[in-house]
Amino acid sequence: MKTNQTANFIGEPINRVDGVLKVTGQARYAAEHTSTMPQTPLVGFLVASTSAVGEISHLDTSQAEKAEGVQAVITHKNAGPLKAFGKPDDEGRFTQSRAVLSDTHIRHYGMPVALVIAQTLEQARYAGSLVEFNIDAQPAQLLHKANQASDVPESLDGGFEPDVETGDKPSTYSDGFAVDVQYTTPSQISAAMEPHATIAHFDGEKLTVYPSVQIIASAVQALATTLEMDAENIHVKSPFIGGGFGSKLGLHYDAILACIGARYLKRPVKIALSRRHVFYNSPHRGHSFQHMQLSCDNQGKFQSIAHHSAMPKAKGYPFAEATGAGARVTYSAEYIKSTHRVKNADTPLIDSTRSPGDAIGSLAFESAVDELANKANIDPLTFRLNNMPKVHPVNGNRFTSHKLESCLRRGAEVFGWQRKSSAQPGKVIGHGVASAMRMNVLVESSAEVSMDEKGKITVLTDMTDIGTGTYTILAQIAADTFNTSVDNITVNLGDSQSPASSGSGGSFGASSTGSAVLKACEAVKSKLLSLLPKNYQNAQLAVTEQGVCVRQSHADSPQDTPLASLVDSSVFPIRELGAVSEDDTSDDEQYSCGAHFVEVEVDTLTAEVRLKRQYGMFSAGKILNEKTAKSQIKGGMVWGAGYALTEAIHHHTDSASFINPDFGEYHIAVNRDIAEVAVDFIDLPDFEASPVGAKGIGELGITGAGAAIANAIFDATGVRVRDFPITVDKVLEGLSKKAS
Amino acid sequence: MQPFNLTHLNNTSDIKSLSSIEGARFIAGGTNLIDLMKLQVETPVELVDLSDWQDERSITEHDEHFRVGAMVTNTELANYASKTVGLSLLSQALLSGATVQLRNRATTAGNLLQRTRCYYFYDTAKPCNKREPGSGCTAIDSVNRIHAIFGTSENCIATHPSDMAVAMMALDAQVELITPNGETKTLPLRNFYCKPGATPHIENCLKEGELITAVILPKRAAGTQYYHKVRDRSSYAFALVSVAAGLVLQNNKVEKLSLGFGGVGTVPWYPATAIEALTGAQLTEANIEKALDAELASAKVYGSNNFKPQLLRNTLHKVLRALAEHQRTYPQHEGALYEN
Repeated sequence: MKTNQTANFIGEPINRVDGVLKVTGQARYAAEHTSTMPQTPLVGFLVASTSAVGEISHLDTSQAEKAEGVQAVITHKNAGPLKAFGKPDDEGRFTQSRAVLSDTHIRHYGMPVALVIAQTLEQARYAGSLVEFNIDAQPAQLLHKANQASDVPESLDGGFEPDVETGDKPSTYSDGFAVDVQYTTPSQISAAMEPHATIAHFDGEKLTVYPSVQIIASAVQALATTLEMDAENIHVKSPFIGGGFGSKLGLHYDAILACIGARYLKRPVKIALSRRHVFYNSPHRGHSFQHMQLSCDNQGKFQSIAHHSAMPKAKGYPFAEATGAGARVTYSAEYIKSTHRVKNADTPLIDSTRSPGDAIGSLAFESAVDELANKANIDPLTFRLNNMPKVHPVNGNRFTSHKLESCLRRGAEVFGWQRKSSAQPGKVIGHGVASAMRMNVLVESSAEVSMDEKGKITVLTDMTDIGTGTYTILAQIAADTFNTSVDNITVNLGDSQSPASSGSGGSFGASSTGSAVLKACEAVKSKLLSLLPKNYQNAQLAVTEQGVCVRQSHADSPQDTPLASLVDSSVFPIRELGAVSEDDTSDDEQYSCGAHFVEVEVDTLTAEVRLKRQYGMFSAGKILNEKTAKSQIKGGMVWGAGYALTEAIHHHTDSASFINPDFGEYHIAVNRDIAEVAVDFIDLPDFEASPVGAKGIGELGITGAGAAIANAIFDATGVRVRDFPITVDKVLEGLSKKAS
Repeated sequence: MQPFNLTHLNNTSDIKSLSSIEGARFIAGGTNLIDLMKLQVETPVELVDLSDWQDERSITEHDEHFRVGAMVTNTELANYASKTVGLSLLSQALLSGATVQLRNRATTAGNLLQRTRCYYFYDTAKPCNKREPGSGCTAIDSVNRIHAIFGTSENCIATHPSDMAVAMMALDAQVELITPNGETKTLPLRNFYCKPGATPHIENCLKEGELITAVILPKRAAGTQYYHKVRDRSSYAFALVSVAAGLVLQNNKVEKLSLGFGGVGTVPWYPATAIEALTGAQLTEANIEKALDAELASAKVYGSNNFKPQLLRNTLHKVLRALAEHQRTYPQHEGALYEN
């Protein structure tokens, strides 16, 4: 029989398969899994430390315990058994103990000293205010100046070496141009819309946990370690996640406290952190000092690139970000040096935050590159194109694919580089450009795919969808393999009883788990084809209204034969596992590339900056769904605008606390801040990177996005702000200096 | 949130029955007080809910003035004001504040009484004289980029956050209130707020049990009107500096200038000195600078808000330049500089 049913192929810009669930409120997020619990969960609220470092010397919970509705007040006295935070040393940071309330020691401001569990949130919150405590506080160690960061980090996020140096350091800049500048970026927070939240329940020894977490398998291990339990007894489910941005790679206090509470009371316990508590009890990014010494010859060829990064590192937690990664790979130079130093600080957790390394590295580096281009009096786009690397500038290895030059050239054309809109009276217009290079990695991942006799296909993996479109792209990969519509595919994610995956993070989720799903689909397909009579073995499979068909190509039209007529139905369901590992990816250098272009308008009197256009051209291998990919990249560009213009945690140094830990005063960009945002892809598969041909896009959009804005502001005003974010007071100061 | 008793006020005349409730706080839209109660910044034990108070929900036009009921929402007032040429400034100010959802809830009287967004006022772990008299002021020696330069004291430098009140200052609004024994009083908004001095916890002249019933807006020509709000992001942020201005220009002479400053004062700032300096004068850059010099003579900066005097200068120049140009092009124009 003939068929004309449309199949959903990889790359097609189809709507999210979970879109209807989300917009009709049926997609359940962590704190919403109340009705699946055997009893209505009790509600926990944490009591936070008002000192950064010290020992709890006095703790009186008697008034809180007597308050209406209170079921328990849990402190270090009754929370155990718990493995000490950060132990064992040889575990990774997402599988180490995340214990809280395990002893009297306070490691940072805002750390829980008690957990109040009551019938309602209001009761718990009020009773929390009745917990009396004293802390014998010691002065907090913080990073105030760049030179206070003198420790070489044991490792850098992404596996980068802390220090690299290559080539011969030029002795003189007499025949060219040089800049020697220090940039600073502030502490920042991921600011996922869904706050960190968990519901936990013990049924005897069996623990069921609904957290909001990006990686499931390590969450199970972290719970087992922390709670000193057998991992076999822990079931973690996180089917929908309202944004992670790195802040949910691992579990945080909400999850641990919910489990502690559920264990203590033998009742389901729910904890949803308040926004203020999120700032202290989930990770943030530390502030950075980035010193750059760049030089070029009088033709605009880089002679030297030196980047030094100084940042705080949270004491007792092994994370330091590779701020210098972009300086090492984006441009070729005779001499490249990149160093990272940290200071162990008494701060809340510092961990991956929206494109660790490159987000703030590119803010500073791509701004400084513009400074050098300006000094050399060369157009900043031309300057960048002058310095494209053929191989990795530091180690000389080849790139599996490298499209930075194409992104810059084609992007400039579409954007209309230096074809500026005309300015309104009292305003000036500027254009800015920045390159984006983001390392690509393939992470071990697995998935199971099964097909029943009706041709319904189910994908099972503990992979997560943090809002990026995972459900949709995995359904497309399966639909593509089986020549069918995504309507025939069921994707089940976020369940620890499914095969372990990469999880979402580090831009690796789609390519890693997508490849595992592809392999599993191929295995199911091979299995089916192997059962067919010989003359069908080169056929394709297709799933249509008639169920599974074998499709043979004849001269001009496909011919479908129902599978049921060829194979005994007892072979179903066919179930196969697919997995990828480092064997499935090249050892050569893998990068996603991009170019950002921005037009801004600045008021010459009030120094107000308004974005007019953000445009980006990107190359990240095969784009699995053009629509979700564009949305994700655009989101990154919006975050970039936040980093450039608005976002900063202000520190109260005396107390080592945050001054603005809420969305009223921590300014993420709002709708009116963002104007036109447009994205295009150079859509070419890179099968050396991953079997599905995709590379990472999650962190690509943000990399360079902010610097392009900073560069556009400079182009418009001649004001270079080196202290991010570029708020109105700083631009005003620059304008006033220029005027006088 | 501390548990509280809830009483309802259904008719204005019932106010007498409330006089026995000690320390009662009125709650209207709930967009500010409830937030502060959740954080235990405010801990009232008696709340009087105004959501069933039907008497003061409308705007009425009279011969000499408009009367805006206390419970008229910010959205309703903004809509009304946008269709009333002499109140355009008020509409612009309202629409520059908060979000649609908040403006749908927030009331006229509640907006006047909203509390500061000083970081330290919100943080119960830090000293704040406004929250806890005598505990000290954290802002003075810490990050204070959002803080005031006018009307400050060594005890408090927190700004009043309202945009609406800044426009009402410029438009010479009156506040109408009722006392617990049922007596009605009216006073100029310009005399309503208290600078912090030694008592930053006292923010206005309302006495215990007194309830705002309406805001009276005089019907006067305000000329071309413009509210310009400079802030850390382009929406949903409080003003770093805002200027509310209405200008009537004749032969380049300032016939009438309505002016209010936001984001710079411990109270919505009425720049009487600057207005006096400019009224009747030629509208020149030099005269604007002179007026600003005179107004800023009383300003004090505290470190990270050192930029505010210059930002205020530039913003006022921008606003007056634009208004003057419009008045020159369209003499006797009355209404918004830009449509909103």
